[in-house]
Amino acid sequence: MNPGIIVGRVVATQKYHTLTGLKMLLVQPTDWHRNPKGDALVAIDLVGAGSAEFVFYVSAREAAFAAPEVPPVDAAVMGIIDEVDLPDERQ
Amino acid sequence: MKLAIVIGTCVATRKDEKISGRKLLLIQPVNMSFKKSGDPLVAIDAVGAGEGELVLFATGSSARQTTMTDGTPCDCVIMAIVDTVELKGKYIFDKSCEGKA
Repeated sequence: MNPGIIVGRVVATQKYHTLTGLKMLLVQPTDWHRNPKGDALVAIDLVGAGSAEFVFYVSAREAAFAAPEVPPVDAAVMGIIDEVDLPDERQ
Repeated sequence: MKLAIVIGTCVATRKDEKISGRKLLLIQPVNMSFKKSGDPLVAIDAVGAGEGELVLFATGSSARQTTMTDGTPCDCVIMAIVDTVELKGKYIFDKSCEGKA
């Protein structure tokens, strides 16, 4: 699972039926210091994340297990990060 | 999932029998500036997308989680046609305005 920041959202009316009711967010992957890394991706959200929140997401097939109907998705926001305790910052 | 623009179709008469009858589309992945991001891909269409539309696609084994691709040798599926994209509070794409808002 990787960290990212919510930067926006995507709306689609015409979609595969198992995706109905799922919120889709734009996630900018980051490192653990919140520095952007690579291109943004679209992930489903089941934890109620909002704009600018620091989250972690799961990619690949496992993402679908977060949703009730196993939709064709390869990224899902799994948690909103409250705090990160990095070893290099403790020293 | 990533955003892509449908740029064409792909037709193959001789193909694996499990994917016969499926619509194959050529998609160009794009970034948040709608600039090309990588090379075009062939994807199975599960939603009825057409040329020029902004779509969402899933890759890898997730792509097999539709009735159209279940149990088939497929690693890329189009599963949504995008209406709007909002980035940092601004609409950067709105289909009803025909493209970038």
